[in-house]
Amino acid sequence: MNNPRGQPEDWSAFTKAKTTRADPLYESAKTVHNKRIDGPFRRFKWLVMLVTLGIYYGTPWIRWDRGEYAPDQAVLIDLANRRFYMFNIEIWPHEFYFVAGLLIMAGIGLFLVTSAVGRAWCGYACPQTVWTDLFQHVDRFVDGDRNARVRMEAAPWTFGKLSRRIFKYMIYLVIGFWTGGAWIMYFADAPTLTVDFWTGQAAMAAYITVAILTLTTVVLGGFMREQVCIYMCPWPRIQTAMMDEKSLLVTYKDWRGEPRGSVKKAQKSPDEFGDCIDCMQCVQVCPTGIDIREGPQIGCITCALCIDACDKVMADIGRPRGLIDYATLEDCEAEAAGQPARPAWKALMRPRTFAYTLIWGAIGLGLLFALGARSHADISVAADRNPPFMLMSDGSVRNSYTIKLRNMESQPRQMEVTLNGLSGGRMWTETISSDEAAPSQIFDVPADQTLSTRVYVMAPADTMAQDFMLELTTLDEQRETDSSATKFAAPGDK
Amino acid sequence: MMANEGSDTKTPATKRIDEPTGTEFVGHEWDGIEELDTPMPRWWLWTFYLTIIWSIAYVVLYPAWPLVEKGTEGVLGWTSRGQLAEEMSLADQARASVRERLSRTPIERIPEDADLLQKAVAGGAAAFKVNCVQCHGSGAAGSQTLGYPNLNDDDWLWGGDINAIEYTLVHGIRQQGHDETRFSAMPAYEGVFDDTQIDAVVDHVLSLSGKAQPNAAGADIYDVNCASCHAPDGTGDRSVGAPNLADAIWLYGETPAQVRRQILQPRMGMMPKWEGRLDPVTIKMLAAYVHSLGGGEDFVEVTAEGEDPPAVEVDEQS
Repeated sequence: MNNPRGQPEDWSAFTKAKTTRADPLYESAKTVHNKRIDGPFRRFKWLVMLVTLGIYYGTPWIRWDRGEYAPDQAVLIDLANRRFYMFNIEIWPHEFYFVAGLLIMAGIGLFLVTSAVGRAWCGYACPQTVWTDLFQHVDRFVDGDRNARVRMEAAPWTFGKLSRRIFKYMIYLVIGFWTGGAWIMYFADAPTLTVDFWTGQAAMAAYITVAILTLTTVVLGGFMREQVCIYMCPWPRIQTAMMDEKSLLVTYKDWRGEPRGSVKKAQKSPDEFGDCIDCMQCVQVCPTGIDIREGPQIGCITCALCIDACDKVMADIGRPRGLIDYATLEDCEAEAAGQPARPAWKALMRPRTFAYTLIWGAIGLGLLFALGARSHADISVAADRNPPFMLMSDGSVRNSYTIKLRNMESQPRQMEVTLNGLSGGRMWTETISSDEAAPSQIFDVPADQTLSTRVYVMAPADTMAQDFMLELTTLDEQRETDSSATKFAAPGDK
Repeated sequence: MMANEGSDTKTPATKRIDEPTGTEFVGHEWDGIEELDTPMPRWWLWTFYLTIIWSIAYVVLYPAWPLVEKGTEGVLGWTSRGQLAEEMSLADQARASVRERLSRTPIERIPEDADLLQKAVAGGAAAFKVNCVQCHGSGAAGSQTLGYPNLNDDDWLWGGDINAIEYTLVHGIRQQGHDETRFSAMPAYEGVFDDTQIDAVVDHVLSLSGKAQPNAAGADIYDVNCASCHAPDGTGDRSVGAPNLADAIWLYGETPAQVRRQILQPRMGMMPKWEGRLDPVTIKMLAAYVHSLGGGEDFVEVTAEGEDPPAVEVDEQS
């Protein structure tokens, strides 16, 4: 069992201290002052941060021409009009299964990533990780690297410390504000909203959202940091259940490193000590403040910065790299038993990974197919139940229906609705007078809207109750069709 | 977690420490899995205190504790009833401009303004649910058994254009002591004719809509007694509310027995006058709604021979 919380560097001293005093019920979090490190994984993290933050801040500003009847923002969640725009895809509320499908894909995608490369999501792409990383760089920028920050934390509250702290928290607030500010851009036209926001014209919801997200960003990224991963996030718990001995994770190869000893000691008696010189670099660079040498633990987000740190030390002292490395527990055992190390990519080749890929891909293809095959015109009919039918003075029978004609194209369309299977039936509407009653009527459906209208259908005297269809045809080159079955109620039964 | 079987951890003397973490065991064990006495994070405690502070603030500001007579009221003075009243008055304000437009638009001009008509119909539908469904039913289909007319069809006793409907709403039908109410009476023929004569008249009335064979004797009696109101061909007279007997719609039923009963002991419907009970705008909306139900007729201006219909004045002042 490993303690997930940040540990002091002198582990044994901590253990002794704990055994000699009464346990407190609550423990304040120890600030993690992680040291700057450079290396392939750190550079990859920079890249991921650049890409993810770039996507987050930049996406709402991408323009996408949809003609005069639809917004020209590439990604827009238009809550007021209940539309979701994503490049050339437009999703209506009744197509929410696309969003459900995307969420399922995201879920299975996480399973897939976990199965293939362990907690890579946690280590590189999770917003909590990215923003925590950003805030840690702010700490480093304002207060200096690890040692300076440790000293600063212990220092008394002088004017200098106070002004530095105020400066740092101002930067926190700006980052938080930018985060919240970018969020609302997804829900309205970004350039317009920006102007409205600064001129006080935006909706109250926009200001409240920005305020809340500024607060949560600063609290979660600036102060809670690794506490979120360890105590609040369910995902590490789920992942723990998903990991097995074939999962790729950041591992300290204890058979190679133990027992630890300094370079000098190892020179004196080479056979007694392993490769770990107990320099604590892996602990100092860790953004969650854990000691990877204690084995796999919930606090490890597998960001691999300790690999960078250890590889650097190993290079300095002329020992082979990879004392801490991406490896599966199974490979570690094999390696410990003297078999040659297997390249990490081979860990990807396992049935579980393929199965997840298949499921993930199948759902994705299904969604794409549904997207390509969906109709952009639709009719639905609801018969009036009260009264079900109406006897007119000449004995003919009238029924009324509420029909909805859905036009999912971003241009107005003419749609023809025809009665099928009701002999002698004629229809009119509230806007088309009964003088123009006919077996089919043409409706002008506005762009990107559903036209809801009441339709009266009249059949000659002595018509029996029966089923019939209302058929829709769009009067444009697509000539899309749809139909809806309904009932004609009459005093005489079939 | 470490398995530690057979240990007694209840007394402090036997407290054990988990070696890798240096944390004490709580003493609970499930199949060899033991719980460590790991301290809670301090911020969690703060969060807990925050919720307590929040609840105190809530109790001070809002109604909270139920007492014997009534609950504590809270210093903000918020009530759910007050909130409802506020929302209702906001809704009234939102409707004010529509009501104002309706009040200065003559009833026959409403159908020309599609937007106004739609709002009037919607408002009328709401008012109908409150004031009219008791007799005419929620679908406005009336009741043949009880003699309440169906408002969806194209058969109107007193006229089916929007003005006539409004007049009926304003003044009612057969309202005692109201001069402008719509009024007429069907005489009771109980004791006037013998059975054969009655049967003949019933036959003739039903024959007008093809429900019986023509009856010459009945036609004679009809011409003398009934034609003055119901017209020689049975098409009725809306000016006196005399029903059309030649169509397919029968307010009190179409069987010979029902027709016979209506001749001998006629039933005549009453409708309240809504003037004074509902404001003029609501009555206009109700008229628009009833007119929209499917049987509404176009309003035709009655003018003197050879004259152009006068333009309807829209009073912009009121």
